[in-house]
Amino acid sequence: MLSIKNLHANVDGKEILKGINLEIKTGEVHAIMGPNGSGKSTLANVLTGNKNYEVTNGNVLFEEKDLFDMDPETRAREGMFLAFQYPIEIPGISNATFLKTALNEIRKYNKLPELTPTEFLDRIKDKAKVLGLDDTLISRAVNVGFSGGEKKRNEIFQMLILEPKFVLLDETDSGLDIDALRIVSNGVNIYRNPNNAFLVVTHYQRLLNYIQPDFVHVLYKGKIIKSGGKELALELEEKGYDWIKTEEFETENAWPESE
Amino acid sequence: MNEIKEKKTISEETSSDDMKVLDDLTSSEYKWGFVTDIESETAAKGLNENVVRMISKKKNEPEWMTEWRLKAFRYWQKMEEPTWPNVHYPQINFQDISYYSAPKQKPKLNSLDEVDPELLKTFEKLGIPLEEQKLLSGVAVDAVFDSVSVATTFRETLKEKGIIFCSISEAVKEHPELIKKYLGSVVPYTDNFYASLNAAVFSDGSFVWIPKGVRCPMELSTYFRINSQDTGQFERTLIVAEEGAYVSYLEGCTAPIRDNNQLHAAVVELVTLDNAEIKYSTVQNWYPGDKEGKGGIYNFVTKRGACRGKNSKISWTQVETGSAITWKYPSCILQGDNSVGEFYSVAVTNNYQQADTGTKMIHLGKNTKSTVVSKGISAGHGNNSYRGLIKIGKNAEGARNYTQCDSMLMSDKCGAHTFPYIEVENESSKVEHEATTSKIGEDQIFYLNQRGISTEDAVNMIVNGFCKEVFKELPMEFAVEAQKLLAISLEGSVG
Ligand SMILES: Nc1ncnc2c1ncn2[C@@H]1O[C@H](COP(=O)(O)OP(=O)(O)OP(=O)(O)O)[C@@H](O)[C@H]1O
Ligand SMILES: [Mg+2]
Repeated sequence: MLSIKNLHANVDGKEILKGINLEIKTGEVHAIMGPNGSGKSTLANVLTGNKNYEVTNGNVLFEEKDLFDMDPETRAREGMFLAFQYPIEIPGISNATFLKTALNEIRKYNKLPELTPTEFLDRIKDKAKVLGLDDTLISRAVNVGFSGGEKKRNEIFQMLILEPKFVLLDETDSGLDIDALRIVSNGVNIYRNPNNAFLVVTHYQRLLNYIQPDFVHVLYKGKIIKSGGKELALELEEKGYDWIKTEEFETENAWPESE
Repeated sequence: MNEIKEKKTISEETSSDDMKVLDDLTSSEYKWGFVTDIESETAAKGLNENVVRMISKKKNEPEWMTEWRLKAFRYWQKMEEPTWPNVHYPQINFQDISYYSAPKQKPKLNSLDEVDPELLKTFEKLGIPLEEQKLLSGVAVDAVFDSVSVATTFRETLKEKGIIFCSISEAVKEHPELIKKYLGSVVPYTDNFYASLNAAVFSDGSFVWIPKGVRCPMELSTYFRINSQDTGQFERTLIVAEEGAYVSYLEGCTAPIRDNNQLHAAVVELVTLDNAEIKYSTVQNWYPGDKEGKGGIYNFVTKRGACRGKNSKISWTQVETGSAITWKYPSCILQGDNSVGEFYSVAVTNNYQQADTGTKMIHLGKNTKSTVVSKGISAGHGNNSYRGLIKIGKNAEGARNYTQCDSMLMSDKCGAHTFPYIEVENESSKVEHEATTSKIGEDQIFYLNQRGISTEDAVNMIVNGFCKEVFKELPMEFAVEAQKLLAISLEGSVG
């Protein structure tokens, strides 16, 4: 599904990703953990094509296609979806209008007919129920005045409507109360199937109790420094990150970052 | 010329279904009729009393009308051109303009091949039928349009209700008592430089009179197009709603008009008596000049409504995407107790366009209410200023105003300015003003991109969302056109 090779990327001329290698196969769920500022969101932004992030080296294949040949909307239409860490507000445009436009663009690209208003409405109602989303949130402007938790739910709601192949969840669990965490995880689990794949960014092992990953990776200063099974998350929860920061790695990064 | 359009059923909230609007956009037909009876006569350039007399004579006006024009002309001669608006343009030589250019000669073209390809592209995007494209761009057309009879049918319907809808010239002759009573009663010939000029030389325009207790059953509209675009230069409109009457009036054109008249100085006067209401909507997209800022219309307009009666209401809604320079402040004088004034505006400036627009709400009666919602969008090197006056008179017990003034910047080179003036003479009144300026968000565009929406569509969506409070005030069909125009005028403007 996704093959990342030696990926380097800059933000504002500063190197943030320093050689990421990652293979994600269809049907798999990978979790990425790592301290604040290690580059998790940067990876998500680079993969989805945010132009503030400059790729300086490496390549990524998405379903055998060169990801960096595609603009952000093409990547989305090809089936890549990012649940944003900080969802954006679009005043004056209702959630429903926004979703209908997005869905039809994606379907058009994939040579599928547009949904009729009834079909679309049915789909919306269906998925809203899964996430316990209030009807009013669907007719309200995109994310405007939504609570933190509502915004996160709305991201997963969009995922269920748009049916992407590859989903990036960037700290979708943060800001959710305990019930919401369960509901959102349930939404993800319902959608999870052998034909799609997930990359889940989180700080908390708790989410991984609900969304069980096949692999867990630790991102530290722009590199994946450890990978393992889901038990790695438990270990991290218990011990923190210090123990994995290898001697070698420390030396390599001992230089001042100001140049 | 006047045209009438059947009222569409409009849901309260057109907004709730933007998609419907977008769908209609592609399917709705262009169904305006028009009149193509072109005479051609152009007076020599320059302005003096003889020219004013000549204009009046050409129109077979009665003596009192000629005198009114002359008084205006004499007054105008002593006036100075205003320099306070935040717009810049080369000095206009008023002696270098032809004031009787009734139907002004355009070079006749033989086929669409001779028309500016840019213009054709725009027509295409608007979905204007070929025949109509020809008319709009001045290509000779043989086809006979049936619109005269259509217009006549509508006129019959109106007549049954006692509604008068005709050209001002006609009204001067047929309804002198009404014209004498109302013309210049809201915007006197002494009002301002351009209004005085208009009073002296106005070419033509519309007159609407709705009798007591009558709701006009259809929307009335004037289109500045083909022959009427030429008389648009010094347009004069007067609309009167007698007690308990209602009318919705649409002014505008849906296609970009390349007009050789640089200066447009129109006057619009509205009068509402007790419990009457006038809703006046404008979509303006005159030629804005090219990308370097050459050419384009100077649009200096005086629009004012007087809520004379109690519980009366005047509502201005405008979407302005055209003209090189726009200078315009549709205003309401709220005389009657409990009267209501509204102003909803979207003004777009792209490339080198400049706009200084806003409104004046003059509260004189008790418990008068006004709402101002202004959305300014600047792109390219465009410069957009909002200028608004809220005046609460001594006797305006309990008057209320709410003003919301938002600006959106699409580039780093454009500008937005806000000049609010507030004068309050009554303690019991309440005046609220809110203003915001924002740059179109890269993060918003990326968010929409990430959901499969192209950047161009994303920009349109964000801008439409920004303007929504204004669009929902427009009649459905106009709202659709306004959205289209906005998209066209902002094409490729993010940066
Ligand atoms: N747009 C940006 N402009 C400037 N610096 C940025 C930008 N985006 C990321 N950075 C910097 O890159 C580094 C990595 O940030 P990133 O957001 O990827 O971290 P993260 O691992 O997602 O952290 P967190 O767990 O706090 O979300 C940080 O030092 C951050 O300040
Ligand atoms: Mg992050």
